[in-house]
Amino acid sequence: MRRRGGRSASGLKERKKRDRMESWEEEGSGGGERERKTDVEAMREAWRREKAAPELLEFEGELVRRLREQIQLQEDGDEDDDQDLLSSLRHMDLDRALFLLKSYLRLRLSKIQAHLFFYASTSAQLLSPQEHLFCQRSLHATSRHLHRSLLSLLPPHYQSLSRQSTSSDHDDMLHPPHLDTFVFCKPNTHVGPLQLDDLGDDIVDLVVDDLYVLRYKSVTALVRTGRIDLI
Amino acid sequence: MAGQSDHSLSIFSAAEVEFIAEDEMIEIVPNIRMDALNLLCGDFGPFLPQIPCKVPLWLAVALKKRGKCSIRTPDWMSVEKLTQVLEAERESPREFQPLPFHYVEISRLLLDHAHDDIPEVYMVRSLIEDIRNVRFHKVESGLETISGRTYAVKLKNLSAMEVNLVRPFMVRVLQAFDKHDSPETVQQADASASKRPQVVDRGLRVSLSCVTC
Repeated sequence: MRRRGGRSASGLKERKKRDRMESWEEEGSGGGERERKTDVEAMREAWRREKAAPELLEFEGELVRRLREQIQLQEDGDEDDDQDLLSSLRHMDLDRALFLLKSYLRLRLSKIQAHLFFYASTSAQLLSPQEHLFCQRSLHATSRHLHRSLLSLLPPHYQSLSRQSTSSDHDDMLHPPHLDTFVFCKPNTHVGPLQLDDLGDDIVDLVVDDLYVLRYKSVTALVRTGRIDLI
Repeated sequence: MAGQSDHSLSIFSAAEVEFIAEDEMIEIVPNIRMDALNLLCGDFGPFLPQIPCKVPLWLAVALKKRGKCSIRTPDWMSVEKLTQVLEAERESPREFQPLPFHYVEISRLLLDHAHDDIPEVYMVRSLIEDIRNVRFHKVESGLETISGRTYAVKLKNLSAMEVNLVRPFMVRVLQAFDKHDSPETVQQADASASKRPQVVDRGLRVSLSCVTC
């Protein structure tokens, strides 16, 4: 953790404290009331959703940016801690927020890595600019490696990365994320009957706060609109 | 990060489940005076001696470890309430009693770090262990009833740690049944097109716990 020592003048300290309070009020994390969610809480929910979902969800760019700012302010404001207790508690809180942020970003990266081709061609909304760059670079490196070590040694018709042979009519070597998996979820608003799939007319009545294990495909729209929480 | 768990089956490690639980609020009675804490996750305090206040569980445990407070045991962790829950669990073989979602993690943390604040702590510890055993036994027997026709499972009142324990197995089982059973369902439907469609073929919903209104 960066420490600035006792070099800053008290005027600067005051201004920093004021800035911190203001930005907290803006972000809605002041006062300890539970009506407005803190960014840390929002990040925790985003992290949980991302972990439980089999596909990559939309990147929470605004949330990540705000949280990084708050963490930065908190780190910078460390110099005025004279008490060991206060400082260690602040560190714990900081560590918790950092863990959420780091885990969220790494989780997304590992999901991207699992399906490089698929995410290389998706819309910009889903990936952050850095993730997009990561995806392109990984894809390039992987393709180059595969080509050099293996594909160039195969007969010409079989050298494609995405198709088994030139006679394939679609990209049969590529697998999109497996959305048929089952997830644990809890509705947080009244949802009522939900049609499970197109095959039959299986209807599950979703009651608030009851725990269900459902196919991810059936609940994707509800997850996106936040009416159902992934556990 | 070394502790990162595998995302492919939506797996949370036990430590991660505990991490989520540590944000639950709990009441403490500080024995020191301290200014308000302006943390990223919220503002707490100011702390005055003998005045109870609510803080997140991680903060409570940290303060307790440093001897700065005592933790007020939550109401559901009393011997009376837990005995009631245990009896009710034993009486209903297919239903789970309502308990706080993070009861396992909260009780584990309190028993480990604040056992001197819990009245009749040995009784509480053994009751909670019994409750956990009975509930998990129900989960296991419920798992045996999952058949190939399961499209959804309802698990009313299951707690976070129990969900996490059962998640990998249940997801794999449901996926495996799904993979191996659906082509047969389609073939059967085609073959018996002339017959009246049977409800059985469309898949039954298996509840691990009945709902009583």
